[in-house]
Amino acid sequence: MDIWMLLTIFMLACFVGYFVVWGVTPALHSPLMSVSNAISGVVIVGALIIAGIETFDTPKYLGLAAVFLAAVNIFGGFAVSHRMLLMFRKKEKK
Amino acid sequence: MFNWILPFSYLLASILFILSIRGLASPKTAREGNLLGMAGMLIAIVTTLYSPLVSDIALTIGVIIVGGMIGTYSALHVKMTSLPQMIAAFNGLGGLSAVLISLAEIIAGSPAYLEASLGLIIGAVAFSGSMIAFAKLQGLISAKALVFPFQQFLNLVLTVAAVTLCIMFIRSGNHELFFWLAGIAILLGFLLILPIGGADMPVVISVLNSYSGWAAVGIGFSLNNVLLIIVGAIVGASGAILSYIMVKAMNRSLLSVMLGGFGAETHQASAAGTAGKIAKTGNPQDAAFIMENANKVIIVPGYGMAVAQAQHVLREMADDLRKLYDVKVMFAIHPVAGRMPGHMNVLLAEANVPYEDVYELEDINREFATADVAYVIGANDVTNPLAKTDPESPIYGMPVLDVGKAKTVFFVKRSLASGYSGVENPLFFADNTIMLYGDAKVVTEEIVGALEEK
Repeated sequence: MDIWMLLTIFMLACFVGYFVVWGVTPALHSPLMSVSNAISGVVIVGALIIAGIETFDTPKYLGLAAVFLAAVNIFGGFAVSHRMLLMFRKKEKK
Repeated sequence: MFNWILPFSYLLASILFILSIRGLASPKTAREGNLLGMAGMLIAIVTTLYSPLVSDIALTIGVIIVGGMIGTYSALHVKMTSLPQMIAAFNGLGGLSAVLISLAEIIAGSPAYLEASLGLIIGAVAFSGSMIAFAKLQGLISAKALVFPFQQFLNLVLTVAAVTLCIMFIRSGNHELFFWLAGIAILLGFLLILPIGGADMPVVISVLNSYSGWAAVGIGFSLNNVLLIIVGAIVGASGAILSYIMVKAMNRSLLSVMLGGFGAETHQASAAGTAGKIAKTGNPQDAAFIMENANKVIIVPGYGMAVAQAQHVLREMADDLRKLYDVKVMFAIHPVAGRMPGHMNVLLAEANVPYEDVYELEDINREFATADVAYVIGANDVTNPLAKTDPESPIYGMPVLDVGKAKTVFFVKRSLASGYSGVENPLFFADNTIMLYGDAKVVTEEIVGALEEK
């Protein structure tokens, strides 16, 4: 894709991120870190493409290692966020 | 045929990721948000795996499953007090993943030199910086600011070296230069985080979180992948905003935090006013008596509560005051209390404190004037009135909780020692302050015992 197209998408995404993140309640700043951490594991998509090379050579091994690390990051990040968010409870009615 | 599937699924995944962050606007929608994030990730991974770009799926799926099991297991078994280091560790793995991807790309012959270099450098700093943050939070190395001579000069030299190598690599395409660049960026990450002390960790973790996003953007540009660019930008923005909020809450600049060394020396100037004064000391029974006769009690937790694991007994104390003595109990949280953004909120939630009872700084500060008791447990700098009155003080201008306005202030502390900033807290010597010396958990347990005695 044209570099200007990518830059446009990048800038627009920055603005979306800016507004969405300011909307997060301060009480949930820890889950915000772990959720955003988990979704930054989306680099796994890049790792998958490289790990999917047919020839078994250095790039493929590096790609597989990257897939592994990103998978730990993704599953761990979502699981720990889920655990945290389960704890945020409303007041019980008397 | 079907070549619209991959871009369409990336579009869908991007929307789901945005909605997942959007869900965190309220605790009511946050869980669904997290599930949407998982769905987005699933879509992105599955459609990439089955696209013509990828061969040899079985092996890759095996690797994902093993990694996923390790990640899930550690996430489900970590203690809630160890959350900051766990998040730092996951963040570091993400950074390392970005490093490996850019290395693999360049070795495989990608011509995207500049983009891959950016992904490499940012990912490497996120990786090694997070490792140091992890080691500090886990207590493997001293949490204090580690300062040595010529530190900042050395960092400057390394930065210049990295930029030079980066330019040389882009011009020549020599792979060896790229490997050197990786090494120097990793070293730089170590050295950048070492001089930053424990209480600045909320900023550090946010900054590193942001880096892992920008690294994904770099990889996205090098692979021409729109999904990575969008998600990376959102994560980068998220970490940047959190860093901004944390830095504001300390009235410091990001540069001063990142240069480090804060709190490494004690500041004598402000101690003058308190020399020779005596702090009043009380025992838990007195505290229980005063609190049961109060109308309104505000509890101010800090990192000391987390260290002592006192959140559960603190909730018992609040319940007893409410149920047995009909006292209104509120919790007040300073943005930088603890070791990561929102740390205290998570610990109180773990102890079953309903989130409606937990208030942020700007919502609670006017309440102190009408409160009978402020119960400060394991917090210090965030209550220090010098931040308002003493322009010489290193914490001057930092927004603080006005606990001194309550009729009686209890400080649960091990000693009179100054806080992280090295500034003495004159509140300890105020007429309406009573010190309760001891471990936060033990002291609060004794108060609960006294409250339940009758």
